[in-house]
Amino acid sequence: MTLKQELVRTQEMEINFGPHHPSTHGVFRAVFTLDGEYITKCVNHLGYLHRGIEKLAESRTYTQFIPYNGRLDYVSGMLNESAYVQAVEELMGIADQIPERAQYIRVIMCELQRIASHLVFWASMALDMGGFTPWTYGFRERDTVLDLFEMAAGNRMMPNYMRIGGVAADLNEEFMPALRKFLDIMPKALEEYHGILTGNEIFQARTIGVAPLSAETALDYGISGPIARASGIDYDMRRDEPYGIYDRFKFNVPVRKNGDTFDRYMVRLDEMAESVKILEQAYRDIPEGPVMAKVPKVIKPPAGEVFYRIEHSKGHFGFHIVSDGSNKPYRLRIYSPCFTNVAIFEEMAKGLHLQDAVVAFASLDIILGEIDR
Amino acid sequence: MDIFLVWVDIFRNWLTAGIGVPALAAEIFIKIILVLIVIVFVCCNLIVLVWLERKFSAFYAMRRGPNRLGPAGFFQFPVDIVKMLAKEDIIPKAADLPVFKTASICAFITAILAWAVIPLGKGLVLEDLNIGIFYFIAIGSTGTIAFIMAGFGSNNKYSLLGGMRTAAQMISYEIPMAFSLLGVVMLTGSLNLSDINDAQRNVWFVFPQILAFLCYFISSIAETNRAPLDLSEGEQELVAGYFLEYSGIRYSLFMVAEYAHLVAVSAIASIMFLGGWNPLFGLTFIPGFVWMMLKIYFMIFLFMWMRWTFPRVRIENLMHFGWKVLIPVSLLNIFLTSIGLYVFQAITG
Amino acid sequence: MDKSVDRQALVELLQKKIGVEVQVFEDNTGRSIKVPRSQLPQTMKELRDNEQYQFDYLMNLSSVDYPENFTVVYHLTSMKYKHYLTVKVEISKEEPCWVPSVSSIWKAAQVQEREVYDLMGIIFTDHPDLRRILLPDDFVGHPLRKDFNYEHEDNTGSQTDLRCKT
Repeated sequence: MTLKQELVRTQEMEINFGPHHPSTHGVFRAVFTLDGEYITKCVNHLGYLHRGIEKLAESRTYTQFIPYNGRLDYVSGMLNESAYVQAVEELMGIADQIPERAQYIRVIMCELQRIASHLVFWASMALDMGGFTPWTYGFRERDTVLDLFEMAAGNRMMPNYMRIGGVAADLNEEFMPALRKFLDIMPKALEEYHGILTGNEIFQARTIGVAPLSAETALDYGISGPIARASGIDYDMRRDEPYGIYDRFKFNVPVRKNGDTFDRYMVRLDEMAESVKILEQAYRDIPEGPVMAKVPKVIKPPAGEVFYRIEHSKGHFGFHIVSDGSNKPYRLRIYSPCFTNVAIFEEMAKGLHLQDAVVAFASLDIILGEIDR
Repeated sequence: MDIFLVWVDIFRNWLTAGIGVPALAAEIFIKIILVLIVIVFVCCNLIVLVWLERKFSAFYAMRRGPNRLGPAGFFQFPVDIVKMLAKEDIIPKAADLPVFKTASICAFITAILAWAVIPLGKGLVLEDLNIGIFYFIAIGSTGTIAFIMAGFGSNNKYSLLGGMRTAAQMISYEIPMAFSLLGVVMLTGSLNLSDINDAQRNVWFVFPQILAFLCYFISSIAETNRAPLDLSEGEQELVAGYFLEYSGIRYSLFMVAEYAHLVAVSAIASIMFLGGWNPLFGLTFIPGFVWMMLKIYFMIFLFMWMRWTFPRVRIENLMHFGWKVLIPVSLLNIFLTSIGLYVFQAITG
Repeated sequence: MDKSVDRQALVELLQKKIGVEVQVFEDNTGRSIKVPRSQLPQTMKELRDNEQYQFDYLMNLSSVDYPENFTVVYHLTSMKYKHYLTVKVEISKEEPCWVPSVSSIWKAAQVQEREVYDLMGIIFTDHPDLRRILLPDDFVGHPLRKDFNYEHEDNTGSQTDLRCKT
């Protein structure tokens, strides 16, 4: 016992961080044990948004389940959907029959969605630090992306656009010019984001060296996606195990070493720039043609199982589907990256100041719809 | 002689000579009216400030801001006030009632009290104390008590943390604030705000006292609990900090206090550093009161600019900056000022 | 797109090295092996630490309620070799429903095992903190089981309209 502890009797305090808290990004709840304002223990409590989507899937046909994907990670609906339809196509063995144009459209939609999702991260991370202004800057470009989705799918947030065997409809004539316009403004917008936030002294003081995550811990906890890449795990499914037609595109995988909050932030910003590169190539190469393969009206995959995952904006997003040969999945398990990523927060929050814990939590970029399913 | 003072004199003469009120009673009556005028003035400022703040934040964030009620949404805030007054006053069951209830009033009173010595023009002051600036600093420190009371009285852990942060932050930043004002006091040799204002006829003190001005500016952001140094509110960490449990009129009292404090520190900054009601470029036909208001609003603009540009700082950085940068710099400023004064006196004899 | 390992060689290596009764499990994916549940921890540890395979990343831990048995499915991958392996553990429905926890081998298993326990009712022995994770603590039953009772009165609460009728 130090002298200070002898003279001043202190007491640890338990505090509820959520579910009604401005920076829990939904209804996440953590119970912090605080020593002063430093966290000595953190316990996650999940499940406030549990809707039983895995159970629901067992009573829906394969096609009927597609709209539920938009409700998983509700800022990256297109990515969820493409993961699901590709998993079913893999299970049916028609993965190689998808028309070229549909494949390109999927890549375009996925990369646009990745940008939109990272923009939500960027804007809300600034907001979690008390910077109110960047929020609208991030949402300005995100809105352009959502407008593009509206042109293609008719819906901005819950697109329901991917279909087993292709996509729901061909792009209309407005889409490509609008995409061109977006590709022209996005690099400039990225520069602006760096100017608003990245170079800021206060921002750097609050992120550099905060809540570092080593590569070993990340691997142990099964962390994937930008968080793992910020810790130095050089693994991107689009490059290392290309699915769809990702092997045709040239892009870099941004990897950083320190694994602190700043690196997690920078990896996502760099990823947006890479997504723009992929979009440029897809814009250049997209062929004309049909957008749907010939699939049976009633989708009945043969009995068996598949585990299929894609590089989602948050990490590896996968489906483990077990089919018994009927038109409904026998068991559908959603492997959610946020669910495993948020587990690290218990470890990460230890020893952090309450204020830094909020920023570290924002840098994990979790979406509760996907965690609780 | 300012036009307002002429009116006061006419009124006083009318009271004593016209309807025969005793001189002392007339004086007390006039003082009460003047106090009310000051409170109304501060509240009027509040309306403009809230509107300005919302418009500024909208401007920085490429939004429109309030635009429905009145020209450019100007009448949004009066409507909001009505809403706030009509709201239910929710008091948590476990709150420490007397402390909880007095805290918001305390915050309001301490913010208004500072206005007793702040002149807005020649003679336009409730009490031209000869230790005016000292009084301002003293009253500014007492404001801390209200925030700690609110933090403790709410019986909420987030409020408690907010209250403790406020105590640490405000007490740390009192020191550089007082020290930075000391340089100006040394130059004028007076603690009276009107005298300090008059001493700036030729040159504003912001030029010889640029270090002091910067110290004062930064520490007054911390004093008024505004972003980027609003750790006591810390919306993202502490939800709302010390006034988390307040609602309705009690909440609005905190808000009035915050803005009254903001106008007060801006007024002090304009008097101490920006030449008060001394006109710019010899434009004497514009009344001193208008010049004063322009300078106050210029300072407020700077505060708002800071608020909507920067994210919130870390608390360690805030404390380190206060104790390890601002206090040494303000002490250095005092040192440099005294050397300058000595040299000046040696030259002029 | 993905690389499967030579399962026959792997099974032989495991049998020889640590003497576990691992078998190749034939299904449509062609990358599954079957492990008896009592020997799961040492098998998993060997799979993670073996120089040749290095399955250092537990991707997915799911469970299936087949008519004949419960199956816990582990999808493993290696960051170095980028190959996949599916490990299956079958639990007969007549036996008590438990599986040894692998959360000491991959921390990633910790939350996923809690989820499987919560939704499928499989008990992971030696798990440090086996509580329900998604459902309330007082929930009755495990919803992903095929014999789950939708209308258990403790779970429906007062909002009877939300009752799911099938």
